[in-house]
Amino acid sequence: MAKLAGMEIAFAAAEAVALCRPDVIAAYPITPNTHIPEHLSDIVAEGRLDAEFICTESEHSAMSACCGASGTGARAFTASSSQGLLYMGEIIPIVSAMRFPIVMALGNRANSGPINIWNDHSDIMSQRDMGWMAIFAANGQEVVDMMIQAFKIAEHRDVMLPIFVNLDGFQLTHMVEPIFFPTQAQVDKFLPEYKPYAALHPDNVVSMGSLGMPDIFNEFKKAQDEAMINSKKVILEVWKDWEKAFGRKYEPVMSYKTKGADVLLLTMGSMTETASVAVDEMREKGMSVGLLDMKLWRPFPSEELKKAVKGAKVLVVMDRAVSYGGPAGPVCAEVKSLLYGEPNAPVITNYIIGLGGRDVTVEDFVKMTEKSIKAKKEKPEKAYEIYGARGS
Amino acid sequence: MMNIVENFDVYAPRLVDKEEFYAPGHRACGGCGEALAIRLMCKALGRDTVVTNATGCMEVTACMYPTTAWTLPWIHVAFPNSASVGAGVESGLKALRRKGKIADRYVKTVSIGGDGGTVDIGFQALSGAMERGHDMLYVCLDNEAYMNTGIQRSGATPFGASTSTAPAGEESFGKKAWKKNVTEIILAHNVPYVATACTSYPLDFMNKVKKARNIKGPTYIHCLAPCPTGWRLPMEHCIKIGRLSLETGVFPLYEVENGKYRITVDMPEPLRPVTDYLKPQGRFRHLTPEKIEEIQARVQMEYNKLMNKVDSLQSWEELA
Repeated sequence: MAKLAGMEIAFAAAEAVALCRPDVIAAYPITPNTHIPEHLSDIVAEGRLDAEFICTESEHSAMSACCGASGTGARAFTASSSQGLLYMGEIIPIVSAMRFPIVMALGNRANSGPINIWNDHSDIMSQRDMGWMAIFAANGQEVVDMMIQAFKIAEHRDVMLPIFVNLDGFQLTHMVEPIFFPTQAQVDKFLPEYKPYAALHPDNVVSMGSLGMPDIFNEFKKAQDEAMINSKKVILEVWKDWEKAFGRKYEPVMSYKTKGADVLLLTMGSMTETASVAVDEMREKGMSVGLLDMKLWRPFPSEELKKAVKGAKVLVVMDRAVSYGGPAGPVCAEVKSLLYGEPNAPVITNYIIGLGGRDVTVEDFVKMTEKSIKAKKEKPEKAYEIYGARGS
Repeated sequence: MMNIVENFDVYAPRLVDKEEFYAPGHRACGGCGEALAIRLMCKALGRDTVVTNATGCMEVTACMYPTTAWTLPWIHVAFPNSASVGAGVESGLKALRRKGKIADRYVKTVSIGGDGGTVDIGFQALSGAMERGHDMLYVCLDNEAYMNTGIQRSGATPFGASTSTAPAGEESFGKKAWKKNVTEIILAHNVPYVATACTSYPLDFMNKVKKARNIKGPTYIHCLAPCPTGWRLPMEHCIKIGRLSLETGVFPLYEVENGKYRITVDMPEPLRPVTDYLKPQGRFRHLTPEKIEEIQARVQMEYNKLMNKVDSLQSWEELA
């Protein structure tokens, strides 16, 4: 039987990765994900995990080394945040184009300018269209579960794409929570050995990373897009398998107290937990409010989201990143585009919250909900609001 | 000095493996020194090799999808990361072999890059891989400019050469900085085997590749690979210009094994004047006699520096 252990979530993430028996880990430290590779290096040093641990001289090289390792057929893992992810940026789209199923724990952190080490989602949003799958954990248990699921999803022969497991910096990485760990035997049963489609070895010669001329480039991109679209089926299967094996349910869009709700909040990552407390309070006051937690970001859970908002009158979308001068925050812009033309689509309001680690409280969620209900009657002046910014 | 080349001509059919790992049909320019370097390098490496390639001439000309000139396992990811991809390959192969997931056979990881991908944008990755001590060989194929994108200057472009971003003109004599000596920088990483090579001395180059292949740990070979297109030379002069680079002292061939320097191809005594090397090349045609004199003085000084090391430096074993 799985044991409940109190542990810092970053350490727990590392323990989960170790249970997946990666062959190569290449990483460069950056706050706030640092404890993940640090703890993994401990696990390797203790002899609990047989893996090559490469302390690269930069994130660019960490991602490159993961490419080389994945090319040989090794299971490869890395972790990063913010500037580190941006520094990998050149290699990020190549990984997905080369169909390397690399798993990255992304300890979400604000992009620099001004420098800031705390959480928001501007790092992941900047890499949104790079062909990686992306899932968001709301708490420590989900971080552990998703880390193991991620390898199985990425390495599935019908997918073969890299994946970001997003965990909010500090709010999750540095939080101590009680966590259930599966046993090694359970993980071994759940996660099969990685069987690469092709590997760099003289016994079976391949050329990887060719030049794609205009007459073939289009087709490469279509193949990538189809793999991404089709990955949802695999994700749903893996999540079903997980529920069967461990009893914890995962869905692309999780619902909380949404039955018959007029107003729905849509959140991602750790803010979901705070928002759920706000929903409890508002329900107690008799407000018809529910919560949607988007766990799957790429591929985009279109069908699930359409279904989830059916019947709602107001949808409050919370973004944790700015799309400067854009029509809305990055999440909201996509939600609006999805619901455009849908019969009886809810009124959508958009708040950009918690930038650079700014605290978002239960009261804030209540206030945003109340404002949104008003907005249903009075058309809001702006398409989105950077909530709580002084001078606004 | 010419003996080596003559010997090679006589014995080549018997000395060199007939198998081609870099197949005909690549799209490099006629007379390309780099393509020749790869062909020789691969023969010396043999079948049990994985190659990682930086973006550059040798990558775009050899792997236009769905074709490939490589019959060795080969991977290209990006411009600056051949060395770090190589680090990943080496680690991946090591882990998989240790865990019994692949055949228990030694496979050498070799990373290659042009001078841009090595001495400039890829230098950090190279330095990191050398410092960490990966069991890999890195070969820089130095044609002294970013030839792939149209002859822009690199850190390895020689002083005075006219390039598309350091052109000769009324107010300019071409590149104002001297060639970056990456061989010496890699040596400072305490790498056990470092060598210079040139495609015009094929046997010397192949011997160095073989030696490096058999050393466990990081090794580095800096191979001067003349580029007729960028150097503004008739393509049939590719080999000749490489020999002139040595005979004038511009690019001496040497190796450094555990700190001990050794000249591997005899130098003429005295050296030929640098004009013999500069004159045939269009990229130097604008140089005034004063600039040529400046180059001559620098080449002599660099050569003296090298010979001083050859004469006086002891190996690490001797120093221990």
